[in-house]
Amino acid sequence: MPQEAGKQYKQMLENYLHSKGEEDLYLGQQFSRSFIEKNIAPEDVISIHKNSIEELIEDLPADVGVSFDFLIEMMIHYGLALKEHQSLIRKQESIQMEMDIAVRVQNTLLQTTTPEVIGLDVGWISKPAKQMNGDYVYFLNETSNEVCLAVADIIGKGMSAAMHMSMVKFGMDSLRYEQRSPSEVLSFINNMIEKSISDSMFISMFYGKYDTDTSTFRYASAGHEPALLYRAAEKKFLLLESKGLLLGVQEGAKYEERIVRLEEGDFIAVMTDGVTETRTEKGFIELDILEKLLHDVKCEKAQTMVDFIFNQLSKMQDYVLHDDFTLVILKKVN
Amino acid sequence: MEHRSSIDINTEWDIVAARQLGRNEAKSTGFGTVDQARITTAISELARTIYLYAGKGRIEIQSITVGQRVGLVIIASDEGPGIADLQKVMTDGYTTSGGLGAGMPGVKRLMDDFRIETEVGVGTTITATKWLH
Repeated sequence: MPQEAGKQYKQMLENYLHSKGEEDLYLGQQFSRSFIEKNIAPEDVISIHKNSIEELIEDLPADVGVSFDFLIEMMIHYGLALKEHQSLIRKQESIQMEMDIAVRVQNTLLQTTTPEVIGLDVGWISKPAKQMNGDYVYFLNETSNEVCLAVADIIGKGMSAAMHMSMVKFGMDSLRYEQRSPSEVLSFINNMIEKSISDSMFISMFYGKYDTDTSTFRYASAGHEPALLYRAAEKKFLLLESKGLLLGVQEGAKYEERIVRLEEGDFIAVMTDGVTETRTEKGFIELDILEKLLHDVKCEKAQTMVDFIFNQLSKMQDYVLHDDFTLVILKKVN
Repeated sequence: MEHRSSIDINTEWDIVAARQLGRNEAKSTGFGTVDQARITTAISELARTIYLYAGKGRIEIQSITVGQRVGLVIIASDEGPGIADLQKVMTDGYTTSGGLGAGMPGVKRLMDDFRIETEVGVGTTITATKWLH
């Protein structure tokens, strides 16, 4: 195989020595692809050149030939670096395949079903910045008059965040048939994960429970981004804040619980810092930008609202997410 | 018919002597210029690893005939610290000598067969063979 390539190379070199024209250089450039395809190492190319030139020019000074031996020696490492590069690319491809599988597993493991209850319109979106999502949305509704919502954010992104998230999910699942209040849920999850996560890993979480009979929303927060409550009658936004340490920091931590009543047209937006820390050229967006956007679409369906906010904010940062982005809207409807 | 010769590696200059010996042996075994350069580079890397990590050791070069096949064997041995994590040493991108494509994976690529025996605290023996095609 190298012999055949060598013959062709010599012919092309001979043509070029006569023409010194661009066309022959172009052919040479095209031909170099076949060298790469056939896995001919750089040092072999020099060797082919050396043999060709020695055959084409009879009275080639001996030192010129010897100089190519020097060049061959120089090229051995380039050849090795190239091979290493190729093998690293293959390795990267296999890591990518593993990653794709992990993403699929995560999606299956952490999937949730949007609740359908009378009187509450629910819409949500959760988009990872990298492949694995460190944000998490989980709905539990065991009864037709109740919707439980958890929104969590792992400090950190990617694979390790995703792995820790499954712990939170299984913690909540284990409370599934127990009537626990939001603050109790957070205390339970905190005590559970405090034992198993490293000191540098923290999880913020917002947990809320909406009761359709009383139109009340009870909530507690473990160091999570405050939620926004829109009061339709007053056309005003309020922050839903509640005291509580991040999950995983201290065993036995207590979480404050609060309650609000929703009127028709009111909605609650629960989010992660990927929303509020939308970065534009001027820095983070101000909360009033988010409020204005929400206000613009307040009459739409909850799902249309979250999709709109996501599209607008991702446009502001040139469609590059810097952090996982999660937004849930619960809207009281007739 | 076998022929073997060796060079003790104690100083950086011995690396050059090992290269020279390897090139001569490769030439007389019948290897072309490019394969001579590959064998020499492999010897260079092996000798350098001995010099840097074991302090001293030995490079043996042996031409062999197995049936119809003719080849050259390089044996690099030392009584140095040994290699604790072989997998890491053989991983692309991880290199003890800090050069792109160099290190043990490089030697393995330059040669046809490559075998490594090592024990922590006892030493390392690497046997690499290049066959004449």
